[in-house]
Amino acid sequence: MAQSAVAATTSAARGTPIPRSSRDRSERVVKSVLLSFSLLSIVTTFSIVAVLGIEAWGFFTGFPDKPGIGLVPFLTGTEWSPLLGGEQKFGVLPLVCGTLLVTVIAGAFALPIGLVTAIFLSEYAPSRLRVVLKSALEVLAGVPTVVYGFFALAVITPALQRFSDAFGTYNALSAGLAVGIMILPIVCSLSEDALRAVPQSLRDGSSALGGTKFDTSVKVVLPAALSGIMASFLLALTRAIGETMIVALAAGGLAQMTMNPSSQVQTMTGFIVAIFTGDAQANSVEYASSYAVAATLFLMTLALTLAGTAILKRFREEYE
Amino acid sequence: MTMMSPMQTNPTTAAATVPGTAEPISIRAAGFDGFYGSFQALKGISLDIPRNQVTAFIGPSGCGKSTFLRWMNRMNDTIAGARASGTLTLDGEDILARSVDVVDLRRRVGMVFQRPNPFPKSIFDNVAFGPRLHWRHSRADLEDLVEQSLRSAALWNEVKDRLHASALGLSGGQQQRLCIARAIAGGPEVLLMDEPCSALDPKSTASVEELIRELRTAYTIVIVTHNMQQASRVSDRTAFFFEGSLIESGQTETLFTNPKSKQTEDYVTGRFG
Amino acid sequence: MTDVPHVPVARRLLANRLFLATCVVCTGLAVCVLAVLIVSIMIDGVHRLSPDFIANFASRKPDQAGIRAPLVGSIWVCTICALTALPVGVGTAIYLEEFAKRGRLTEFIRINISNLSGVPSIVYGIIGLTAFSRFFGWRAGAEPIELGSPDSLLYLRLPFGSSVLAGGLTLALVVLPIVIVASQEAIRAVPNSLRQGALALGSTRWQMVSRLTLPASLPMVMTGAILAMSRAIGEAAPILVLGAPLMVLETPANLMSEFTVLPMQIFNWAGRAKASFQEIAAAAIIVQLAVLMSFNALAILVRQRLQTPLQ
Repeated sequence: MAQSAVAATTSAARGTPIPRSSRDRSERVVKSVLLSFSLLSIVTTFSIVAVLGIEAWGFFTGFPDKPGIGLVPFLTGTEWSPLLGGEQKFGVLPLVCGTLLVTVIAGAFALPIGLVTAIFLSEYAPSRLRVVLKSALEVLAGVPTVVYGFFALAVITPALQRFSDAFGTYNALSAGLAVGIMILPIVCSLSEDALRAVPQSLRDGSSALGGTKFDTSVKVVLPAALSGIMASFLLALTRAIGETMIVALAAGGLAQMTMNPSSQVQTMTGFIVAIFTGDAQANSVEYASSYAVAATLFLMTLALTLAGTAILKRFREEYE
Repeated sequence: MTMMSPMQTNPTTAAATVPGTAEPISIRAAGFDGFYGSFQALKGISLDIPRNQVTAFIGPSGCGKSTFLRWMNRMNDTIAGARASGTLTLDGEDILARSVDVVDLRRRVGMVFQRPNPFPKSIFDNVAFGPRLHWRHSRADLEDLVEQSLRSAALWNEVKDRLHASALGLSGGQQQRLCIARAIAGGPEVLLMDEPCSALDPKSTASVEELIRELRTAYTIVIVTHNMQQASRVSDRTAFFFEGSLIESGQTETLFTNPKSKQTEDYVTGRFG
Repeated sequence: MTDVPHVPVARRLLANRLFLATCVVCTGLAVCVLAVLIVSIMIDGVHRLSPDFIANFASRKPDQAGIRAPLVGSIWVCTICALTALPVGVGTAIYLEEFAKRGRLTEFIRINISNLSGVPSIVYGIIGLTAFSRFFGWRAGAEPIELGSPDSLLYLRLPFGSSVLAGGLTLALVVLPIVIVASQEAIRAVPNSLRQGALALGSTRWQMVSRLTLPASLPMVMTGAILAMSRAIGEAAPILVLGAPLMVLETPANLMSEFTVLPMQIFNWAGRAKASFQEIAAAAIIVQLAVLMSFNALAILVRQRLQTPLQ
């Protein structure tokens, strides 16, 4: 069919036609290269699951020369002392507890402030102020987390110590607040996106019924954007759970079951840092335990990400 | 504004068809069915579209006329779940066969869309887009081709001094004529136009309609329109579609003044639709 | 129905005003935090900034310490990261948006990418360590295989060990989901009418992408790429897991060189008790933030320079 074409435009006939075979070949090559690129992301996931799974499995069931720790003692044990000279104990709960304490503090600080700021930006702020504030938030979002760790040590902890003698050099509150500052821009900008996605007609409808700006924002726009806001919360908490540098600098190195914000805690990420910066032997039990901790961390963040995706999917269906 | 007739710009094609005699068929449909998923959008269409004439498709919204048009260059391939059966040929060659090179089909069957869609490139690059896909031209030939195409689309005089300015700076009517120039630059035999004037003001509409009448001498044109006056102004033949079926087709004048079917009569006299 | 109690207008207006006040306070707090952050770091570190601080290598004595090795290391790592993550990320986005048919595989890839973006960077560090530094334990304990001469830039040692190449590839894993998602959004922002136009002229998919969609989405793709790189240049956790040495006294000579990066150096200094180390940590932060600001400025510039209106 290709060759029977009569060109209607003389000039077109003057050129040399590009043969179909070469065009089809390059099309096939390009497509397979692009496909293999997208498959790399699956390979990455597969590697994460395989590496963490195999190492953690060894840690639970035991190596040829060492007994295993066992999954149940790992998940239910309340003592974590892998490095101390005496008896090694591998109950992950103190690390999970430390992680949750820091995350709860961060969430308690960042979620309300972030949401209210988002409402202000989306519903109240004049457009000029909005642009300025949004770029300030963008700056905050781009700051490396190690900087927040420094900020926690150099500014937040001394400030807390001025209020109370209970705070040591390392404490959960300081680290938690710094993590909160880190996730604030995420909450704020994603919640604002969700609020702005609410159709203007809903706002007009509320105003026309005599609603004040407060009524409109809180009783109409906020509920309409709720799933987007929840998704932003979940994403921010995922980042908080996985945050490493801040807790490595400011939270301390003692794994303990406590909800006291003035005490030092070790998080899951903090422990992994301690293993990889310490002098643990590459085939020791404590080294293998870091993979089990990383696997736990991975599963927790995975669950939160999946929950966020599910909520967002429902959110999209509401408007489309 | 002087306008070169396409007769002069395209002597090859002009010589290939003999005006005034029996009408050679360009596109032929027979027993053609079109589906979106389980929904049958077109039912048993049989229609011959003669070469070097303007054929208008009219009918109320959702009657299948645009869908039918988009099968003629297989643009429906981009829609998931779209399939068709029956006969649809271009110069006797099957359009629907799997083996058809859709890229070459679309070079032979150009298309102009409802809203002008110039690429965010210069005017020159817009017109040269098609030729660059299919041919290896010398720079001089390409420049010549772009000029010819813009002249054919009655746009040359308005843009010759700013060929390398962005096409997005043109007015709506100019943009649509640019899209026509872009469609004919690749050397098609057929031009499909999907409500090409619906986004234009009356003055631009008039200039595009005039253009369509001039282009007829070099191209087979199929135009979808919901505007009956437009169909009667520009077309030689008209086909009336209703709820996925072809109700009536024939000479435009006959169809408008002496329709065979009651439905056609109701529609063209404005009683519904 | 006459005595229905209603909320007095005055109270509703008061609620309105109180809420606005809360909004202003919260927003003000967020802005204050940023201000305190910047000011405190400036106060701590600005007097430590000097040409020597940029030009010197690390030292046990804070007065002589500088950030030459981490600064150059960051540039190496970021370049390797960009050269690998950008083609793969943009390519994946093109495949998903322009080529892939809707199906199970495509849907799986999409969900997978969104999950990858939630994985903590320290987990990527562990994967990078296992995959790139140790090749999954291949030839563990044996001498590494050497390819080429150590004088050449492309000298390779298998497995890669704690080399700058392993660092760059690990960071590429971290930013890949960001690059993919940003590029997908950029490509999706190109109006469909343009695609239809190109296809109707007889473009193949790749001709359409390379001549139309990619150029049209380039400003947004570039912006996303620059922001992803600014994330990469600020990451310390994965590099820490790879085992960058505490003190690096030379800049990388080839892909197999030892290295450290700016955030790692900040981490090392910030963790020390001595006040003078805190000060040089703050000074290093100022340099780091300056680099990031120039990245942001570049992103804005690119956006404005290349922006072509898309209808």
